[in-house]
Formats: sequence, structure tokens, C-alpha cells
Amino acid sequence: MIVRQRSGTRLRFSFDGKDYTGVAGDTLASALLANGVHLMGRSFKYHRPRGVLGAGAEEPNALVDVAGPDGRSTPNLRATTVELYDGLRATSQNRYPSLRFDLGAVNGLLSPLLGAGFYYKTFMHPRAAWATLYEPLIRRAAGLGEAPRRPDPDHYAQRYAHCETLVVGAGPAGLLAALTAAQSGERVMVVDEQAVLGGSLLAERRATIAGQPAADWLAATLATLAAMPNVQLLPRTTAFGYYQQNLLGLVERVTDHLAAPDPALPRERLWQVRARDVVLATGAIERPLVFAGNDRPGVMLASAARTYCNRYGVAVGRRVVVFTADDSAYAAALDLQAAGVAVVAIVDLRPDPSGPGVVAARAAGLTVMPGTAVIATTGHWRVTGARLSSNTTLACDALLMGGGWTPSVHLFSQSRGTLRFDAARQIYLPGTPAQRQSSVGGANGVFDLASILAPLAVAGDIPAQGGFLGLVPGSRATGFVDYQNDVKAADILQATQEGFRSIEHVKRYTTTGMATDQGKTSNMNALAIAAAALDLPLPEVGLTSFRTPYTPVTFGSIAGAARGALFDPVRKTPIHPWAEAQGAAFEDVGQWKRAWYFQHIGESMHEAVKRECLTVRRAVGLFDASTLGKIEVVGPDAAEFLNRLYTNSWSKLAVGRCRYGLMLTEAGFVLDDGVVGRLAADRFHVTTTSGGAGRVLAHMEDYLQTEFTDLQVWLTSTTEQWAVIAVQGPRARDLLAPLVEGIDLAAMPHMSVREGRIAGVPTRLFQVSFTGELGYEVNVPAGHALAVWEALWAAGAPYDACAYGTEAMHVLRAEKGYIVVGQETDGTVTPEDLGLGWAVGKAKADFVGKRSLAMMDLQATDRPQLVGLLPAHLPQEGAQIVDRADPPIGSAALGHVTSAYDSATLGRPMALALLAGGRRRMGQTVHITTATGTMPATIVAPVFYDQEGARLDA
Amino acid sequence: MLLIPCPYCGPRPELEFRHAGEAHIARPANPDATAAGAWSEYLYVRSNPKGRHIERWRHASGCNRFFNCVRDTVTDVIEATYPAGEARR
Ligand SMILES: [Zn+2]
Repeated sequence: MIVRQRSGTRLRFSFDGKDYTGVAGDTLASALLANGVHLMGRSFKYHRPRGVLGAGAEEPNALVDVAGPDGRSTPNLRATTVELYDGLRATSQNRYPSLRFDLGAVNGLLSPLLGAGFYYKTFMHPRAAWATLYEPLIRRAAGLGEAPRRPDPDHYAQRYAHCETLVVGAGPAGLLAALTAAQSGERVMVVDEQAVLGGSLLAERRATIAGQPAADWLAATLATLAAMPNVQLLPRTTAFGYYQQNLLGLVERVTDHLAAPDPALPRERLWQVRARDVVLATGAIERPLVFAGNDRPGVMLASAARTYCNRYGVAVGRRVVVFTADDSAYAAALDLQAAGVAVVAIVDLRPDPSGPGVVAARAAGLTVMPGTAVIATTGHWRVTGARLSSNTTLACDALLMGGGWTPSVHLFSQSRGTLRFDAARQIYLPGTPAQRQSSVGGANGVFDLASILAPLAVAGDIPAQGGFLGLVPGSRATGFVDYQNDVKAADILQATQEGFRSIEHVKRYTTTGMATDQGKTSNMNALAIAAAALDLPLPEVGLTSFRTPYTPVTFGSIAGAARGALFDPVRKTPIHPWAEAQGAAFEDVGQWKRAWYFQHIGESMHEAVKRECLTVRRAVGLFDASTLGKIEVVGPDAAEFLNRLYTNSWSKLAVGRCRYGLMLTEAGFVLDDGVVGRLAADRFHVTTTSGGAGRVLAHMEDYLQTEFTDLQVWLTSTTEQWAVIAVQGPRARDLLAPLVEGIDLAAMPHMSVREGRIAGVPTRLFQVSFTGELGYEVNVPAGHALAVWEALWAAGAPYDACAYGTEAMHVLRAEKGYIVVGQETDGTVTPEDLGLGWAVGKAKADFVGKRSLAMMDLQATDRPQLVGLLPAHLPQEGAQIVDRADPPIGSAALGHVTSAYDSATLGRPMALALLAGGRRRMGQTVHITTATGTMPATIVAPVFYDQEGARLDA
Repeated sequence: MLLIPCPYCGPRPELEFRHAGEAHIARPANPDATAAGAWSEYLYVRSNPKGRHIERWRHASGCNRFFNCVRDTVTDVIEATYPAGEARR
């Protein structure tokens, strides 16, 4: 019903397919109420018809799905916070087939079965039925909206900001705080979740401030703030999270309220604001009263009815009953009466209410019924009557509840401040803050406008005072405490009867306070009912934590631009374009894109890898190894530093020579490996695994900065400065020779490094092999790498050289038993386990991990050891190894397969494995688990090809 | 997200840093002479307090230096940061 002229543009919208009109400034809820629509949803579990309870972010019932342009849809929006725009299409949720005829309402008949703990009790066994029966059933029967099925078409922005004072909440307390801070010239930000600033003043039509109507004072104050260059006002912005050192997360809704948004605008903007001081002016939320039938459409908070009347010009009914234990509901009664609504009676739980509201109500001729309760309601789609404790029933079409007010301490609590309980007023208030912050106004339990706005003169205010917590005396316990999760008083009582004493347990057992509204209207009643049942003072049952976000936040705003191609950086080597042009398949290795294999027309992947492997073994292949991590270790103590960081000994390594280095954690486990070349007495070229470069540098820096501070060493990451082209195969030297200047290739031994030029470009040329063939790794400045690669490729043509990818590289190295850190190791593997004891300088006084290697557990002889396996077929990497072909369930594994390939060179499948005491079991048969059973495999040494290493320096 | 005052760069957001475990866990001067029990303790035993805690951070996206930080694990209030090697605060 409309109570006064609603000015503003007329807007068309639809709800569940039916067309309505509202006006600019409406929320979906106020527009539906203006059209006489109270039924806005079905409840979560029992599918009870529900109307709107509140008028703001606290709303638990009226959740809707709003369809935007181009198939967009957003579920679970509170109709009370959805701004109306022309063409808005909203649908109700959790009903099938329609809101009025909902098959799920049969759940209401099953309510004795669906009470507290039903998830735990009803569906305990059999477990398998969860996936096939219970879960799908529950998901259909109980639930909220439907997730959109398409990728989010909108974009989202993110901003960072700093200010001296951040004010959360633009009600009277927040505005006054902002004005005070702004007048000192500091940067001030004011954020408010609503479309317009003003908070409670937007619905205030009685009080005057400094002699003028509240609305006029509000307009003047907003104008003053808006004109100040140091003040930023952010409406439609929710402060949803309060983090350390006064960092607040805000989400600004930029376009959701627009019929035709500019596509250049982001849908939402996530702000991260670091403030010196924070003022929490987040207000308070009115509580419902708990009595039977308190959830019928038309039963709502008194303050909400007042807001709909005063702010939106909409009466929530023609004949209303007010049921209260708090003075502020009298203001609602008076305002509705003044707007022409029949106020049947004010039913007040208190035996002798006497505040200014009571006086005014009596003076206005309203019936006040003290010491009386509403204990039940009648009606189905809409409340039709309120049954009183005096055994009469008052006919009505709306019932307004004034249960008292709960300060919104959510953000204060998130900021780690400790709450204190005001026993006299039965409310939690901000206690000691943990950060530079203050709470003002309703959030601080100050409900009267005169105190909030002092020293400004305030008249005509009817402040909140009073309140009632718990189950209304005389009512059955079927009244709802948590509307959104359908938790009744009876459920809380049942939980306490079943032995739950802490509210943390009661909450989880009954799910009270665990819905998307986090119990904004229900937590205090739940606490009070539990406390009364346990005969404890309220604070002794505990208080559940307030968690971020205050209201639900979209994933889109948090993801921001980090989606799709921008989700994670993609690293490409300088040779990438060549590989791409050759049609290489790529694999992701960390953030790197690496050429996986080079498929010729008509080849399968298997055939391509086989060809690449055989070409390297027979002739020569080129491999892009640029992703290798590289660290330049320089300084007078460089060799000593490496002595301490690697298991190997470096002091005697001659300039121009290389060594395979093994790096351990202090616990003695392999951390990384790689070839290290000595370029000068005080300069080493260290390589790491592709994925390990950052970790290794951090590990080195840690010891250099904090433990080995006596050493003069400088570390520089050079991974992206040097590109690396591996040239491997019996013809590698022949291929390189014509292009190399200043290096005597023939005189270079295996494991050596020389500086010179290749294809006219400076190079560090390593003779090293990761294939078992004669091999080189050509390091060139990254900017020249593509040109050098192309020169080498051209030079390889006479030898039928191939380019090979990571797959062939893995097969070739596994044939030689060369480990890959992270594949053969998992953070629990020692050098001895890998058969790399030869790389450990046992005579060295110390190195990182040395002491740990001497620990008993690391010396045990039954540790997993690296072995080769010759299996019947190709096993899965990671497959368990067992002793018997038919291991009984519960058998312990002897180890697992770490690498497995079809070897073209061997003409059969082969594998590497970590196997308990494996080196003592050469020649024995073990069994590898498969999807269907096991397969036998023979244990062999982990080198399948050229055991003597004759080909390395051929 | 913490605001961590790097002793070298000044206050920076946490995402520039990497946590590096409890501070003032000195590597024994002579590992080989350290008994197994004491060595295990050095490797694995940490104080994990509820309250005042001294921990190490590395300014990974900044100066890349390790430093120590006194932080209350309950309130996340940072009492002080100081260079590695300085006496325990
Ligand atoms: Zn720094």
C-alpha cells in the first residue's frame, strides 16, 4: 500500500514473470511491498512461505535471483539491497515449480525428522548412499539459489587507497565523525553499503537536529562533506573485512543498479584501504522476537516497517499490530499511524513501559497493552492475526516486532578487538580495540540521537531502550530463531538436551547463525535460549566468531583482473617462437611453457618421442634448456660458500671445470641439483632445476645473510639473462665446431666450461650431458638465443639433427638413471637413497645437511632406495610396489614408481622406483599395482644404457 | 594482510614478503659435535606461542633481506622489526 506520493521516475520490473512498476530510489523489496507483494521466498529447509523481515543487509528471508543482460544471473541477493532499475527481472528461489505451489513444502510435514543434527543422525549409514542418494536429495530439497552456468561476462577493478581516517557507516554518528576529522584537513574516506548516505536519518521523520528536520540537517551535512577536497564519499560500498594494521576490504558496486551500464565500467571495484584511524559507525540491527508463527509473511521488524513507510512511502499493511519490548517500536507505530495506517495495538512484553514513545503513543490515542505477549499467529501466505497471551486474537495484516537492538560489532570483532558484555542491557559492546580505531553510535551501544550528535540540539527522538532475548514466555518453541537456516527455538533446546553446552557446538549442531547472513538477526536469541536452557549467564555459553565477509562478496571482485591469461604469469623462452612455428606441443612446467615434443605430420606423440630419442642416440638433437635456473656466485669466498651449501667439495675444482652438485636441506634431504662451472677463482656459474631457481636462491641467501655471515659472496639470479641450447648426441661436436670461435672443442673434456663465441655471439659453453651422449650446453645472452638456435639448426641439417622436447629429454635421462628432483625425490630422500653417496664430501668439516645424514633414521638400511625396474607393461608413475601379485588389503607398500617410460632405445618399458632396501634385491621380482591388479617387474640397477659411460666423451 | 616495517625499506604490505620461520634458532656452531637430541630440536622444535613471537621474514619482492619481527600471534600487532644478527628483543 502506498501511503504518500512516491516521486521519481517510474520503473518497470518483473518478479517471477509478473510485471510491476516501482519508482527510482526503490529497492526490489520496497517496490514489491508497494505492489502488495509480501511473499518473496521459501525457507531453506521447510520451504515455508516467507516475506521480507528487514529493510537492509540483515535480511534473511527475501533472497532472489536477479537476471542481468546477456544471460547474466546473480543468485542469493537480498531483495532489500537490490536497487530497482527499469527492466529488472527477479525470480524467487528454492521453490519448485512456483513460489505459491512448492512441492518442497512437504518438508514442513517432515520437520520432526529434519530438526537439529539431522545431517549427523539421519544419514550416518550407509556411507555410500551419501553420494548417490542423500546428497542429491538434500541439495534439491534444501538450498538457496542456483549458480550461474556461464563464465562471468563482467569485469572487476581493484584499487588501493590510504587515508588518515576511514569512517564505516554514514549514519548520524559516522557523518559527525567524518566532519570532525575532515575539518582538521586530513584525508577522510566515508563508506556506506547503501545507495544513499544517511543511515537511520533516511527514515527519521520525527526528530529535529539543530532546529531543522533531520532530513535537512543530513542534506546540509552531506553537501558540506562533498565540497571538501580531502573527503571521499563512497556509497554502495560495503566494508566487508577488517584485517591487520587497519587494512579494510571494501567492495563498491558500480553498475548493478543501472539498467544499461557503460560496458567500460567495472561491475564492482574492490578497495583495499589502509587507514591510520578507523571509525566504526556501523549502527545496530533490530532483533525479531521468537514466538510461534513469527515467520509468516507480514511479520517483520518494526524498524523495517518504519523505513518502508518513511523512506519509501510504502505501508507494509493496513491493520498492523506492534509487538515489542523496546521503545523504538513506538516510533514505528506513531509514524505508521501518522501515515494513515490502522495500528490495532502495541503489545508490550514489559509490565510497565514508560519511555517517551509510550507517552507519545498514548497521547496519540494508540492502544498500549503492557505485560502482554504475542504467542502465535494465524495465516498462511500472509499473517491474518496475532494471538495474545491474554487469549484474544487481534486481526491484522502485518505484525511488527521490536525485540531490541544488537550493535553491529562484526568489524570490531574481525579487527581482533575484545567484546564486553553489558549485563544490564544484555548486549555485547566493543571493549578493548586491538588497532587504532573507535566505535561510535549504535555500534557502540549509543542509541539516542541526542548523545550521538552532541553538542547539537536534538528533539523529538524516540530512542531504543529495552529489548527482550530468548523465547517469548507462553509461546511454543516452534518460533524461528534463525530464519535463513530454518532453526527453531526447539532445535536449540534439543541441542542443549543432547549435551551441547558451548555455543560453538550448538551452532554447528543446529546450523544456527551459519547461513549467508551469519546470524545477524538471530545470534543473540540463540545464545539466550541456550543460556536459559543451561541455566547459565549469557556470556558463559560463549560467543561465536564474526568472520569476514560481513555480507557475501563476489569471487569476481576478489579475482579482479587475475583471470584467464592474467591468472598467472606465463614464462616463455626466447626460442619459444621457433618451437611454436615448428608445431611443437607445449607442457607447463611451473610458470614456464616448455616444448614437449615436435610432432611431424602423420606421427603420434609416441612416434614423435621415439624418433627424437633415437635421433639423439644415433646423430644429434637440439633441446631448449633455457628454463634451467642460473645463479652467479661471486666473491673471494665463493668456493667456501659452495662447500657449505653443497654436499660436494669445490675448493679443488679447477677453473674451466664443472661438477654435478647436490644441495640438501638442513634435515639431510635432497633439495636441488645441478651442474656448477668454475669460471674464475672467485666466480661460479651455478645451475638449478627449472622449478627450483627461486627456492635455491632464497636458501642460499638465507645462509649467506644469517648463518655464514663471515663469507664475502654475492649472489645474482641470471636465469633470464642466459638462454641455454643443449646439443646432444654423437655428432654434437661436429655440429658445433664450425660455429665456435676461441674455444678448442677437441681439447674440452667432459664436465668442462669455456668462454668464447658461437655464431658470433659471446657464449659460456659447457660440455655436459643429461642424455648419456656426448653433449654440450650452449649458454648465450637471451637476446641472441633465437639467432644462435637457428644457426645451430641450420648447421645440424647435414646430420639429420632433430629438435627434441621435454618428453624425449625425460626418456633419455631415465635410460641413464639421471634423477629429476621432485620426481625421484619428494623431500624425504637422501643422497644415499638415490645412490649418489659418491657426490657427498664426507671428509668436509661441514655442509648444510651433513649432521642430519649421520642421524640414525637416515642411516637405516631399509630406506627406500633408487632402483631400475623392468616391468611387463608401462606402469603408472606413482604406482605402489608390493611383494605379491595378489596383495591382501592392508598390505604395506615397499615403495613406488617414480618414473616410467617406453624406451625406444631398449625396445621395452622401463621404470625408476624408490624401493625399500632395493639395492639388496637386484634380480628379484616385485609387483606394481595397476588399475586392475598388479604386474610383475624385475629389479635392476637404475642405469639402463651405457653403464660404463663410454659415450659421454666419445 | 599485515603491514610489515622492513628495517631497510620501511612499511610494506605482506604480499611483498615471505615468512621464514621462528627467529633466533641459531645453527649449532659445531654440528658434528652436536648430540642427536639437540640436533633434532634445532631442526624440528619450535616454540609456537600464543602471543608474543619473534619470527623471520624475507623481503622477497623488495630488498630480499632477512630480518626479525616481533609479532603478537593473537592480535597480529607488530611490536618491532630489526636486522638479522641483532640481539633478541
Ligand atoms: Zn626491504
